[in-house]
Formats: sequence, C-alpha cells, structure tokens
Amino acid sequence: MPARRFPGIHPFRHGKVEPVDLIALFNELFFDYTLRTVAMGAAVLGIVSGALGSFAVLRKQSLLGDAMSHAALPGVVLAFLLTRSKAPLVLVLGALIAGWLATLWLMNIVNRTRIKEDSALALVLSVFFGFGLVLLTYTQRLPDARQAGLDQFLFGQAAALLQRDVVTMAILSTLALTLLAVFWKEFKLLSFDREFGASLGFPMGVLDILLTTLLVLAIVIGLQAVGVVLMSAMVVAPAAAARQWTDRLGVMVVLSAIFGAAAGVSGAVISSLAQGFSTGPTVVLAASAIVVISILFASNRGLVWNWVRHQRSRRRLQLENVLTNLHLLASQHADATHGHSIEVLRAMSAQRGGVARSLAVLKERGWVENVGDNLWALTSEGISAAQKVIQERGFEPLPSSNIDGQSRAPEGDGGRAE
Amino acid sequence: MSGFQIEIQLIALVTAIACALPGAFLVLRRMAMMSDAISHTVLLGIVAGFFIVEDLSSPWLIFGAAVVGVLTVSLVALLQRTRLVKEDAAIGLVFPALFSIAVILITRYAGSVHLDIDAVLIGEIAFAPFDRFAPFGTDIGPRGLYVMGGILLLNLTLIILFYKELKISTFDPGLAATLGFAPALIHYGLMSVVSVTVVGAFDIVGSILVVALMVAPPISAYLLTDHLPRMLGLSVIFGALSALSGFWLATLLDASIAGSMASMAGLIFALVFLFAPDHGLVAAARRRERQRWIFAQSMLVIHLFNHEGLPEADQENRVEHLHDHLRWHPGFADRVVRKAEERNWVIRLNGRLALTQPGREHARQAIIR
Repeated sequence: MPARRFPGIHPFRHGKVEPVDLIALFNELFFDYTLRTVAMGAAVLGIVSGALGSFAVLRKQSLLGDAMSHAALPGVVLAFLLTRSKAPLVLVLGALIAGWLATLWLMNIVNRTRIKEDSALALVLSVFFGFGLVLLTYTQRLPDARQAGLDQFLFGQAAALLQRDVVTMAILSTLALTLLAVFWKEFKLLSFDREFGASLGFPMGVLDILLTTLLVLAIVIGLQAVGVVLMSAMVVAPAAAARQWTDRLGVMVVLSAIFGAAAGVSGAVISSLAQGFSTGPTVVLAASAIVVISILFASNRGLVWNWVRHQRSRRRLQLENVLTNLHLLASQHADATHGHSIEVLRAMSAQRGGVARSLAVLKERGWVENVGDNLWALTSEGISAAQKVIQERGFEPLPSSNIDGQSRAPEGDGGRAE
Repeated sequence: MSGFQIEIQLIALVTAIACALPGAFLVLRRMAMMSDAISHTVLLGIVAGFFIVEDLSSPWLIFGAAVVGVLTVSLVALLQRTRLVKEDAAIGLVFPALFSIAVILITRYAGSVHLDIDAVLIGEIAFAPFDRFAPFGTDIGPRGLYVMGGILLLNLTLIILFYKELKISTFDPGLAATLGFAPALIHYGLMSVVSVTVVGAFDIVGSILVVALMVAPPISAYLLTDHLPRMLGLSVIFGALSALSGFWLATLLDASIAGSMASMAGLIFALVFLFAPDHGLVAAARRRERQRWIFAQSMLVIHLFNHEGLPEADQENRVEHLHDHLRWHPGFADRVVRKAEERNWVIRLNGRLALTQPGREHARQAIIR
C-alpha cells in the first residue's frame, strides 16, 4: 500500500484526484491507521457539534460558536504555559475556561450596556484571539521549545490526530451528550419558552450557563481537528440542514448529529483521496453541501418543492379563472354554447399568459369545447364545474339563470336551487 | 527608536484609523459580525484575483476582494430571504464555506506562491517595512504605508461626501428610503468599503485582528457619546491609541504586534466599559446605589406622612419601629433617617420622627406619582 499523502502534511504539492477504488477505500477506512483515526475524529466531532449546534441555531446563537472557538486560543496557550504539558485534556480544559469566560463577558456586555450582541461578539472574538496570539508568540520565543504544534490547535491539523486524541474527544463527547440527555427537558424549555420554564421553578440562568458550557465543550473538542475558523461551521451547518427536515427537536438533534458525522467522514475520505484538499475545509464544504441540498430539497420547507407547489397552485388558479370567466361570459349571452374568443379571455385574465394552456387542459377534461376559429364555450360538465368553483370560493352566484334553464336541470347540490 | 520602528508605528496608526471609520457605521448598523465574515471571505477574492492576473501585488486583487466581500453580503441576504435560516446562521454558513474554498484553492493550485494561510489569519506587521514602495527606483517608504494611506484617504473622502446619506440610512432607514437615498446602494457601498479596508489591512494585522480594529474602538466610543461626529472622532483616537500602545507592548514582550494591538483595543474597551460616565458599569452601579437610598428615604417620609397627626403616630414614627414596619435592618434604618435629616425632610424630636414642610411635600408628591 502506498504511503498516504495527506495534504495537511504536504500542502504545497500539486495533485490529481485519484480514481476511486471502493474496495481499497473500505480497506483503508478499516485498516489504515491515519485515515481511520482522522475519519473517526471527524465523525465524533461532527456528532457532538451537530447535536449541540442544534440548540445554538434554535436559540439564534449561531455566531456564538465562532466567537468561542476564537476565544479558546488564550486558554490553550495559558494552559500550556502553566502546566508545560501538551496533553489534550489539559489544553481542552484551558480552552474551555477561556471560552467560558469569553461567553460570560459577552453576556455581561449585552445585558449591562446598550451595545448589541453582534458588536459584543466581534469584540470578544477578536480581542481574545489577539490576546491569545500575544501569548502564543511570547511562548514561542521562550527557550523551552516544546510548544511547537500549539498553533495546530488554531488552524486544525486533522491529519495529525493521534488515536489518544480521538479517545479524548470521544470521552468528552460522551460526557457532553450524556449531560444533554439528562437535562433534555430543561434544555428544551430553555430553548423554546424560557419564561414558562422559569415559572415552573427551573433555574433558567444556571441551565443557560450549563448549555453554553456544553457548547463550548463541543467546540473545543473539534478545534484540534478543523481549527478555529472552521469549527464555527460545524456548529451551524449540520443543525441548519437538519432544521429544514423536521419541526421536532429530538429528530432535529439526531439528524443534525448524523449530518455532522456524515460531513466529517466524507470530508476525511475525500481529503485522503484528493491532493490539496485539507481535511478541515473539506469537512466544512461537505457540511455546506448538505445544507444546500437540504435547503433545496427538504421534504416540507425545501425551495424546490415550494416552487413546485407554488407553480401548481398558480396553474390551478389560472385554470379556475378561465373556467369562471367563461361562465361569466356565457351568463351574459342567451346561448350557452356561444363561442368566446381567446383574446377576450386573455383580457379578462389577471395573470399574463397561460390562458391557451389552461384551455387545452380544460378541453382535455371535457369542460370546454372549441366551437370555431379560436372560439371557446363551456360544455355542460364545464358549467357545473364552474359553478362548483364559484360556490367553493364563496362568491355571490352570478346572474346565470339562462344557463341553468337551457342546458339542463341542476344536478345534485352542484347547481343552484332556483 | 529605529527607522523601522517609526515606520511600523506609522503603518499601524494609519491602519487603525482606516479601520475605525467604517467600523463605527458597522457597529451602529448592527453588522459588526459582517466584518468578521468579510475578513475571512476576501481571501477567496484574493485567490481568484491571483489566478487571473498571477501577480500578488496587483491592485486587481483588492478589486477581487471587494467583489467577494459584496458577494458575501449578498449570499447572506439571499439565504436569509428564503426564510429557512436566520441571519446569524446565514452568516455562520456563508463565510466558512467561502473561506474553505479559498483554502483548498490555495493548497491545491497556488502552493508555489507565497500565499500563506497562517499569515492571512495572523498577519505580520513587523515585516511590512521590508516591502518597499520604490517607483522609478527611488525608495519613498514601505508599500503598506501607501496602500493603507490610500485606503484611509478613500474612506475619509467617502464618509465626508456621503455623510448625510450614511447618517440617515443608519439611524432611520425608512426615512432614507422615503427621501430617495437608495439604502441598498449605501449598504453595499459601505460593504465594499469594508472589504477594501479589510484587504488592505489583513496583509498587515491579519483577518481576525482587523475585526478588533473595526469594532473595539467604535464600541468604546459608543459608550461615551450620543453624537455621531464625536463618536467617529473618539473611534479614531481609540484606534490610534490601541495601535501605538499595542506596538510598545509587543516590543516589550517581544510578541505579536497585531495581537498586542487587539489586546490594547480590548483593554481600552474594558476600561470604558467599567468607567464610562453614563453607560459604564461603575456609573450604573453608583446610580443604582443612589436610587436605592432615595427610594428608602421616600418610603420613610411616606410612612411618616401616613401616620402624621393620628393617635398611633407616637408609636409608629419611631426609628426603632421602622424595623418592624418597613422590615428595615436597624443600622440601615438609622442611615436612612440620617440621610433624610441631611436632606431636611425629617427632624428628630425626643425619639420621635417628624416631617418638615419639604418632607411632607415630597411625600405628598411621591404618593400622587
């Protein structure tokens, strides 16, 4: 087996997409250490950020993830400076504390001054990051050179993930997801009806901090793999995609976790197959693709179905309009089979175009007939159909007694009692 | 101070001021996070521009970046208009995606050029003086200074020219539309200006710290004044202060200059956040404290007023009784009474409290209110 060339390790080499050999791919997914580690890491981070991201998106805190992932930097560096250890758990703890402090400062600014949330987010994000950079550059100039690789926390180096990193990620994720399950009802209340929750006696402030802490935890778990910038996408994208498919929180969280995992694994696999596709950006693009597909094709809200529904109802409306217009015209003539020109129908139509098509459909149904050169008249079925439409719409019945009188007796409740 | 140090400070100063000006409007329009989004996506513009002209110092790159900046804003607006995602989520979806495309393009196709993602995110102003601007063979200073100087001049000119339009569309978009000011045009114009500024600045301070320079000085100014020209002026001053103090902090610690500038901008904000005369935390706490005492004194005079001249007044209107009646701690009650005495609302007559005329007046008014 050829040595795997990971773009993260050799970023500056031109490359081609190798033809995909599925069997070889599965072999590697199961037996290649690097790819397996990366794929598992990406899957774990996708699951946890997808699940917790759902709450961030629902609570309109999507950008909080962005701010907190940047704010984690000074925590990572300080944790290293204080302990001189690069154990993932130590760095994660530092990041967690920094992200948490950033969130508290953010809430304080928003609650206590007239500064709006967007400015506060941008401030916290950039200032914490700047301070982290100062610490990082300061550390790098210390004689102790073990800090090399700290900045991988920043930009993400999924390819450099080790098995022990993945194990740490998995343990922390399990912890976060367990807490999420334990406080499920409370978090649901917090997200949808905070005041109601408070009136039931739940400590909403504490729950808010707990949920935010879990989100910070999820972000910190992913930092090492996809980096500061792209981690925010992993919080938002799977959840935004899942939101399109369902209105139920439970379904959304599970779906979001699945989407996150799918984006993680497919991103890892693609980046291992194609040169130049670093894992972090590829995972993010995979997640973005899921979002685009969901927005377009989601079963209920999707734009495509929406458009189709819109077209369908537009056509139906047009059809009915042509039908009732013909009915109106017929009611003004003694002879119900008198033909009316398509031009007249066009002039009466509220929408532009489509009259000829509507007539063709009506003819197919046997409701109208062509009685001469582009002259159209209702058939008797057409008349009752038109009357049905008029009744459904609740319009005042048109003065059309001559039609009823001439064509046939009113049939059932379709006709008017007269 | 060496020549390099002076040049670095000049560049930092010009950059900070150029960022603070459009930043003030971003903050007022509640679009601060857009600066974060744009500062990431302009990378795509630079990469695309580079593929077309194959020259990293071409002004076309700035143009490409401005186009992508506007594209970012439009994509966010488009996503939002589907009403399937909220604005914050739309921003969070668009910019990482565009940024990822840019990163992949760079690692895949532009590996041989000096376009380093780390440098884009972090920037390195310390190297800016090495890139000289030498038209016709004479060295007239670092290139960055001229680029940022030009951008500063552009921002200043545009803000002066369109000051009225910007002001009205920021504070009253409805009125601006009625007056025929084309708010959309102003919106996208401002976004282009932000994009151009970001591109110029991120060579120097990096994309994330541009956000600090765009947001921190204006929001510090926002807590100090309600007057737009004064806010712009204060933003410029705070930006300049962060730039200079950041430089010296970095020299002291031998650390990242851009990071220190952002940290100083944050520190200035923290100071303003605490000590601003009207909107600061300390001022707010003092206001609350004062209100607490005034409220207690009003309670006291109302209590006295209610029982004044009635048989139980002898019993009710004693300092010791306030503890039972108003649930006041004896020490607290004593302090309230003393403060009320200072105000000349209350006098003590052999152990009993009596209202003065102004105190009675205040009680009457407080009850009516």
